[in-house]
Amino acid sequence: MTSPTLAPGSSPARTGVWIGIAAITMSFTAYTSAMVVRQGSGADWHHVVLPGILYLDTVLLLLSSGTLELGRRRLRAGASGAMLLTVTLALGLLFLAGQLVAWRGLAAQGLYLSSNPASDFFYIFTALHGLHLIGGIAALGYLLGRLRADPAPPWSALEAVTLYWHFMGVLWLYLLVVLATRL
Amino acid sequence: MHESSAPPTSFLRKHVFSLDHKVIGKQYLDLALVAVVTGMVLSWLMRLHLAYPELAIPGLGRIAPNGAAGGVMTPELYLSIMTMHGTIMVFFVLTTAPFAGFGNYILPIQVGAEDMAFPRFNMMSFWVTCVAFLVLLAAFFVPEGPPLSGWTAYAPLSAIGKDAGPGQGTGQTLWAISIGIFCIGQLLGSLNFIATTLDLRARGMTLMRMPLSTWAWFITSVIGLIAFSVLLPACVLLVLDRVAGTSFFIPAGLVVSDRLQPHAGGSPLLWQHLFWFFGHPEVYIAILPGFGIVSHILPAFARKPLLGPKVAISCMAAIAFLSYTVWGHHMFLSGMNPLSATLFSVPTLIITIPATIMVLLWIGTVYGARMRFTTPALFCLGFVSVFVSGGISGFFLAQPSIDTYLHGTYFVVGHFHFVMGVAAMFGIFAATYFWFPKMYGRMMNETLGKWHFFLTLIGVYATFMPMHYLGLAGNIRRYSAFTDDYMKGSLPLHRFITMAALFTGAVQLLFFANLIWSRFRGAKAPANPWGATSLEWSIPSPPPHDNFGGKHPVVAHGPNEYGGTGPEGDHVMQATPESLGTV
Amino acid sequence: MGKLFAAIISAITAISAGVFIARIWWLPPDISVLGVGIDHQLMETMVAAGVLFVSSQLTLAFFAWRYADAGDGRPVKAFPGGATPMVALATLLVSAEILVLIVVGTKVWGGIFLAPIDPQALHIDVQAEQFAFYFRYPGPDGKLGVAHPELIDDGNGNFFGLDPANDTTARDDIVSASLNVPVGRPIYLTMHAKDVGHSFFVPELRLQQDFVPGLVIPLQFTATTVAKKEIVCTQLCGLGHFNMRAYLEVMPDSQFMQWLKDQANF
Repeated sequence: MTSPTLAPGSSPARTGVWIGIAAITMSFTAYTSAMVVRQGSGADWHHVVLPGILYLDTVLLLLSSGTLELGRRRLRAGASGAMLLTVTLALGLLFLAGQLVAWRGLAAQGLYLSSNPASDFFYIFTALHGLHLIGGIAALGYLLGRLRADPAPPWSALEAVTLYWHFMGVLWLYLLVVLATRL
Repeated sequence: MHESSAPPTSFLRKHVFSLDHKVIGKQYLDLALVAVVTGMVLSWLMRLHLAYPELAIPGLGRIAPNGAAGGVMTPELYLSIMTMHGTIMVFFVLTTAPFAGFGNYILPIQVGAEDMAFPRFNMMSFWVTCVAFLVLLAAFFVPEGPPLSGWTAYAPLSAIGKDAGPGQGTGQTLWAISIGIFCIGQLLGSLNFIATTLDLRARGMTLMRMPLSTWAWFITSVIGLIAFSVLLPACVLLVLDRVAGTSFFIPAGLVVSDRLQPHAGGSPLLWQHLFWFFGHPEVYIAILPGFGIVSHILPAFARKPLLGPKVAISCMAAIAFLSYTVWGHHMFLSGMNPLSATLFSVPTLIITIPATIMVLLWIGTVYGARMRFTTPALFCLGFVSVFVSGGISGFFLAQPSIDTYLHGTYFVVGHFHFVMGVAAMFGIFAATYFWFPKMYGRMMNETLGKWHFFLTLIGVYATFMPMHYLGLAGNIRRYSAFTDDYMKGSLPLHRFITMAALFTGAVQLLFFANLIWSRFRGAKAPANPWGATSLEWSIPSPPPHDNFGGKHPVVAHGPNEYGGTGPEGDHVMQATPESLGTV
Repeated sequence: MGKLFAAIISAITAISAGVFIARIWWLPPDISVLGVGIDHQLMETMVAAGVLFVSSQLTLAFFAWRYADAGDGRPVKAFPGGATPMVALATLLVSAEILVLIVVGTKVWGGIFLAPIDPQALHIDVQAEQFAFYFRYPGPDGKLGVAHPELIDDGNGNFFGLDPANDTTARDDIVSASLNVPVGRPIYLTMHAKDVGHSFFVPELRLQQDFVPGLVIPLQFTATTVAKKEIVCTQLCGLGHFNMRAYLEVMPDSQFMQWLKDQANF
């Protein structure tokens, strides 16, 4: 992965993830400000009661960050971490499944994408976060494939994926706060 | 990070789905060329209709049977053409050519890298952009025709759907989807530019030794990363309003085409804020690469260093920062709080300071020079001239109290065509004449080039300067015809502008002829035909697949060492070993 | 080549500036109280911008002519003092000019858009729609009826969605397709849009303001001259945008009162 032209310590993959984080943060900032404006512009805002499963999902996602971090450290220490990475991937998929259950729950209340602005933003936030997480899951899958082919892990990719995954956790916490509180 | 140093062998991987930044750069430029021809033809149609509203344009009736029965354009077709002209030019020409096109080709070489940091993302960036262009063009072929809400797509006109008029159905949805896709492509591009500049620089290539062009592309990509991250959500919300029945931009109680709209609670100003938060920085995405290109090229033909390169970098950074504080100046009269107009006017006026300084640095560079008036040099000087002309009219529009009069008039049209249209185009022309020998290994024809320059210079002034006069006289924009009452007096001037626009367009045939002729018949280009200093001139023309032929350049000099004595003559190349170079 | 460039740039500069100076195309005469301030501000900017335009174009032309490579191996000359003094001077000058423009301009702007509503002003309700303006005057009761979007019926002339059956204040409202105002009296418009965004522009009033669906936007002006001028829509509003116009008629006070009476009887 490293080219002789690279300055020591520089990792394009990590830089790339940081840049991605900046862009994703910016776009969620835009959605949030749209939400604040929308909340103030009409009297039709009816707060959505969040399905309880979201809190379980939150625990799953935070747990997955932990298993990934442990796996990364084990690999760093020269031990095998593939198992922990697989667990992370599984937890990520479980999280997504949980989000789908949450959607069903909302739909059962009769709240759809266009029902009211609060539910609009609920679906938009969860869908976009889920899409970004799918990107992370794909990257984890790629990493696991690499690990199977070659026990020496691709370091910069591992670091980059871990960083991205943690960011997904932080982003979800932010979104949960935004959705749960009446901003 | 280069996937493999060995060049690909299959045709598909070599020319279509290539990972090579040079191929991708050329693909972007080809896309821009197709787009600019489309946009230019659309502008001719508009100009013809403005000058001769009753004119039957041969063939138009066949292409747009609903909008131009017998070839005479309807007012709504005029608006559709205007919308498509603006969208194509701003997104698919002014963003792709100077930034994605030349940036892709030149930036990695100028920092001494084998390729971009993420070649796969780079390839995706181009193909995603290409899809966006096709989706936009598809709007021409839907039954109701292309959208007519302008390139700014103000809600609720853009959000309501078919009720708002022809083209506001499927055409407008395609528009919003196309721009959303375009954002993704440009985000991938920006990501690559930033990572490459930060992480793939050759040994000795400190930030302060980077050529100004690379600096400009780098700063532009930072602007783009933020701007497109905001436009993308705006497009997502617009599409949802249109197809999913949400009401982000549509307030309650609208009666359109005698139908009470089933929406409530949205805010039309929200769209304007999101759009212009992207839209103003977009102006700098179009023009900053031009700043960099001129700052990089001018010294090579003045045979002396750029005046104040560090000042120039600071100015570009200041412009990038300020570009995010001025969006409200598009909305002085939009009904937002009038107090905020004064607040937005202050940074708008302040941004003229770094812009003025840039102009002075270029003029100061010409002072005492030994100017070689090649075509790229002429286009650099022309860039300075048109940028000054366009920038100065910004002085008027930055003031809310004057904008109160000029806001919806041709003054604005003249202003932005000079400052972001023509100036950016001059930057693109300068870059083309300058780097063509590197890209294709052949020189462009200088005689044709000079004719092209002088005739274009006269043509653009004849086209866009009179628009300022029209604007002062109160002639408003986005009207398809000026045939009655108070605007009738403007008709002769409109006809003059139309003639000038057709002339300017015809002159571009010289450019296309030159491109084609030089591509096959041009004189063979040496590695460094201009006696320039940056890394791309130390490798063969055209460069090998991995740019530096397996070697890793070591940089010992800044890009600006002209006007002394060195082993190569009056300049020192960046890759010249330290012991050899003195200026 | 440098000389040719210099000649063409100089010619372009001379012609461009000449047309401005000769005022061949210029603003129509101002007929409003606040227009004077705007015209003054515009003139001030015009002079400053003109000086900047001509001096920078001519300097560029002169340098291109003067510093062409003669092939004589003459050494290049650095700009006297380098970049710093020039940058400092330019920053100072431009900042000073900007400061003046901001101070003067804010006053003019404030006078139009931040002034409190004059209690003596004649209140007129304006509705913009695809592709017309409608103006509503309060009748003898001095009150405007409430507008209900769901009652809008253009076919029956109920452009504002009034409910005269239940709303007594709406019964005597006068609706007109032209904006008739008495000369010299402050006018207070409340502007709202029925469908999409529109704009109100009368060049002679030096006044332009968007209509935004969902918002009611106040606008004040006082016309100083009896005249008939066009109101144009300057916000792209759909296929008939080019045809969205109405008349502004500034009348002597007595004539205006008569007009109002005629409209009520109509």
